[in-house]
Amino acid sequence: MILYVLKRVFQAAGVMLFVAFISFVLFNYVGDPVNNMVGQEATIEDREALRERLGLNDPVVVQFSRFVAHALEGHFGISYRLQRPVKDLIAERLPATLELVFTSAILALALGIPLGIYTGLHRDTWLSRLILSSSLAGVSLPTFVIGILLIYVFSVSLNLLPSYGRGEVVKITGSWTTGFLTASGWKAIILPSITLCLYQLTLILRIVRSEMMEVLLTDYIKFARARGLTDRAINFGHALKNTLVPVITVTGLQIGSLIAFSIITETVFQWPGMGFLFIQAVHFADVPIMAAYMVLVALFFVIINLIVDLLYFVVDPRLRIERTVTIG
Amino acid sequence: MYLHSRAPKHTISNVFIISEDENQPREEANMRGFIFKGIFVVFLACVMVTPATAENVLRWASQGDPLTYDPHSANESPTIGASTQVYEALINRNWKLEKEPSLAVSWKIVNPTTWEFKLRKGVSFHDGTPFTAEDVAFTVKRANGETSEFRNYIKSVVETKIIDDYTIQLITSGPNPILPDQLTYVFIMSKKWCEKHGVMEATSFKDKEETYAVRHANGTGPFMLQLREPDIKTILVKNPNWWGLKQNPHNIDKIIYTPITNAATRVAALLSGEIDFLLDPPLQDLGRIKKNPDLKVQQTAQIRTIFYGVDQGIKELRSSNIKGKNPFKDPRVRKAMHMAIDIDAIHKKVMRGMSVPANVMTPPGVHGYPEDLDKQRPPYNPEKAKKLLAEAGYPNGFEVSLDCPNNRYNNDEKICQATVGMLGKIGINVNLVAQPKTLHFPKITGRKTDFYMLGWGVATLDSHYVFTYLLDSEGPWNGSMYHNPRVDELTRAMEVEMDLGKRDKMIREVWEIITEEQVYIPLHHQVIAWGMSKRLEMPMEPNDQPQFRWARLK
Repeated sequence: MILYVLKRVFQAAGVMLFVAFISFVLFNYVGDPVNNMVGQEATIEDREALRERLGLNDPVVVQFSRFVAHALEGHFGISYRLQRPVKDLIAERLPATLELVFTSAILALALGIPLGIYTGLHRDTWLSRLILSSSLAGVSLPTFVIGILLIYVFSVSLNLLPSYGRGEVVKITGSWTTGFLTASGWKAIILPSITLCLYQLTLILRIVRSEMMEVLLTDYIKFARARGLTDRAINFGHALKNTLVPVITVTGLQIGSLIAFSIITETVFQWPGMGFLFIQAVHFADVPIMAAYMVLVALFFVIINLIVDLLYFVVDPRLRIERTVTIG
Repeated sequence: MYLHSRAPKHTISNVFIISEDENQPREEANMRGFIFKGIFVVFLACVMVTPATAENVLRWASQGDPLTYDPHSANESPTIGASTQVYEALINRNWKLEKEPSLAVSWKIVNPTTWEFKLRKGVSFHDGTPFTAEDVAFTVKRANGETSEFRNYIKSVVETKIIDDYTIQLITSGPNPILPDQLTYVFIMSKKWCEKHGVMEATSFKDKEETYAVRHANGTGPFMLQLREPDIKTILVKNPNWWGLKQNPHNIDKIIYTPITNAATRVAALLSGEIDFLLDPPLQDLGRIKKNPDLKVQQTAQIRTIFYGVDQGIKELRSSNIKGKNPFKDPRVRKAMHMAIDIDAIHKKVMRGMSVPANVMTPPGVHGYPEDLDKQRPPYNPEKAKKLLAEAGYPNGFEVSLDCPNNRYNNDEKICQATVGMLGKIGINVNLVAQPKTLHFPKITGRKTDFYMLGWGVATLDSHYVFTYLLDSEGPWNGSMYHNPRVDELTRAMEVEMDLGKRDKMIREVWEIITEEQVYIPLHHQVIAWGMSKRLEMPMEPNDQPQFRWARLK
């Protein structure tokens, strides 16, 4: 077990180094940050001097090894755009993204599972058809269209909810802020979290529905019916439990992509999270932030994958036996 | 100069307060029963409490956040705009962009290399320390430091001489007639404050920690920085001790600024009343904003001209099918291209009327602007353009790539697309390369483009600024590689010419030469539009930096 974990951690470090290197190579194509940092009056010599000072003239490999060396010491440099340490900026933005992702995940589960069960049990009612066809819209409409649509309906026309920002936030410790403790914070999170959750919601709904339909045809359900159990006990006690395994797997993996791909939602709603920080860094060619963000997202994926792998290990006894065989 | 600037006139002022006052007695008369009275008392309490603490809060948004509050650290328009709320320079510009006394009450030339400034008395910084000549001397040194981005405005000053607390002399390396114009960008910091917080030099990007001045500010200006959360929120509050309050009796107590990157979200925030002022509404949304009964649109010509440059220095173009020679070296080709661009179509269709067609690359408002030359743009004439091309030896045209930014100027990429079609009609096959500014601008400063779009704002509001960057053979932004010894000579001579009459003649000569030779292909002066609540009155500055010291909220 320990050997297995160590092996995975070792692999993870390799993956992250690789991601960091690829992103460094890509940065060469993002453009020149120096132009954004100096005024248009700067002479060519001034620009060259700044490039030299920032080490942008060095070969990619040299820049990369410098980045890794600094990262190991725990600092990622200073943002070219905001003149603040990247570490602090990410620490400040992380809570916003995590709150958004957390709320979206909860929403997706809380709505996706019941709707999936309903449509699985009552396949041919008009309500099921309505839910299914509108869920199709949820996956096929691009996120920014949904976001803008929600803004125009709920902010501009109905004037109910704010169109941008995170509302009032309360500081908990250090740089950790939360919008969950204020009314305006709750109001602000509604539209972005709906926008972000729609895709996952549809995914969960459809998985639960198809799993439910499959499970209902199995022998043990037939046996349960033969025993004369109530519909309720069969549907929720026996069938649902078995449909949840793939749902948990998918949700786990989707959380990673929610964190990584909240960029668009954050941009539309001016949600001050990490994705938003990243997209602005790209516009500015703010290399220190881009590098740190890439590594951080890689880290999230690696950790989540590791946890999922370990969960399989714990949940599925068959895996354990096979492992002992192969290791032994 | 201020095109269509609609002076906002409001007939209904204080509607709400008046109607409330009138309604209250009537409501009271109608009220029956204890509960209603109870509710009314609570309501009344609210109404009475509100005016007592009521602040005029101005909420506004634009696309990007200032990069820093260190006033010597980032020479970028929104950042300078932010600095001007909190910091002040010796000389300020009013909303017509005329110079007016600010922290200096008067200035004069003592000898060709010495300027003397009399400073304003009784001014103090936000932290209470009084403003003296010491602070000016310190600021000059700081702004001249190696990490300062404002060195270009102050580098001619080699020495400061404090005569007394309120008199200072700036000694320049050579005669510098435009020092007062340059000083409008040098914001005065407090020496004591900088010493206390260890910010004696502007932020350097090599540092590992941010400096105190990035998120804190201590100026003498009309507003004080209360809260700074980069990219999220910035709150300024009124400086009640500001010396200029009498001349500029603004009634803004608090300013909340939020950057909103997404254009649709920005407009939505304005339409839903969440903000009072939007600096940069997209052109296509102006109609919608105008239709809203609570909102208005204000517009004015900006100090920025959009034009094309072509490389006329290189022997053979990088992207053309013509080998062994460079078609752009021939002025007839440049004239043909200028004539082939249907600027009225671009004005109407692409810019939706938000542009002023131009024939020179500098807008009205800049010193030395040649109005007559600007009005002589040759009419759109593709036939004549074709003839000119044939005369130049290209009857079948040629191929070339056009480099264009796609996130810098109003509808930049769309203008380029329109141009591609128009030049195609005279046989010039243009391959459009539209890229973000971070990729586009290095091509110009690195001399790696044959044909490119550029917009030029004029920071010092003097024609010399255009010549020295775009036409001088050593100009950093002279991507056209234009080299004319006479233009170089004039440009450098006007830097030290203290006789303003002679200097104006030099400026005029350069404008005539480059218009005659069609060095660049001017398109239009940009027009800026602000979307704002009808409650807000604020004059527009052509440099697109709102000055809340002149604002009034109703």
